[in-house]
Amino acid sequence: MTNHIKVEFEAKECNVGFARLVAAGFIAPLDPTVDEAEDVKVAISEAVTNSVVHGYEGGEGTVFMEAFSYDNTVMFSIRDAGCGIEDIQKAKEPLFTTKPDEERSGLGFTVMESFMDSLHIESKMGEGTTVTMTKRIGSRH
Amino acid sequence: MKTLEVNFKAIDNALVVKIRGEIDSQSATRLRRKIDIEYDCANVRNMVFDLSEVDFMDSSGIGLIIGRYKRVSALGGVIKIKGANKTVRRIIELSGLGRIVKF
Repeated sequence: MTNHIKVEFEAKECNVGFARLVAAGFIAPLDPTVDEAEDVKVAISEAVTNSVVHGYEGGEGTVFMEAFSYDNTVMFSIRDAGCGIEDIQKAKEPLFTTKPDEERSGLGFTVMESFMDSLHIESKMGEGTTVTMTKRIGSRH
Repeated sequence: MKTLEVNFKAIDNALVVKIRGEIDSQSATRLRRKIDIEYDCANVRNMVFDLSEVDFMDSSGIGLIIGRYKRVSALGGVIKIKGANKTVRRIIELSGLGRIVKF
């Protein structure tokens, strides 16, 4: 079965939980294990939080979320039109954060990479960032 | 969206912080303020995070705990975490937090 959704919402911290619910609902027909569902929710939470907090730096903007499923594999894409990431490799380093005063852990990309099967980041300064992640669902089958 | 609840108890020189609900970027900010006020008034040295009723936590929870660790350790106290589920434990392990807090 293949499936596809597209959702966009305001870049607000209160919408991070909404994005998690959308992701959980999208993978539900694939009959994920509890661990798989949790992994996806955590990764989506990290990616959307990055867009809200770092992409738009708490200001106005829109987060674009897209999900595809094909052959028990899901692909999520989280896109913003925010400030972009200057150095992606540096941003991916565990514990690297541009906002230490706000008690950000700097683990967002580390968690995404660890909880999903693949992570791809595309970013251009002043234009925005797109994070694409895939995960195979259905280890119970 | 699930509600966030936090309850406090001072037991044996420790502030026990019991969190119910989801810890993400939004809730971590609220929790941080509440916990700091309570800790400043509790006249205890240590802090225990009871996460047994936390349904969800992302890396914002790690930032929250590290921030409290700095305050508690500055006063010579320690932080203990109890009741963390499997996913929360994985995030804690990834962060290296396990080296500075007790389970």
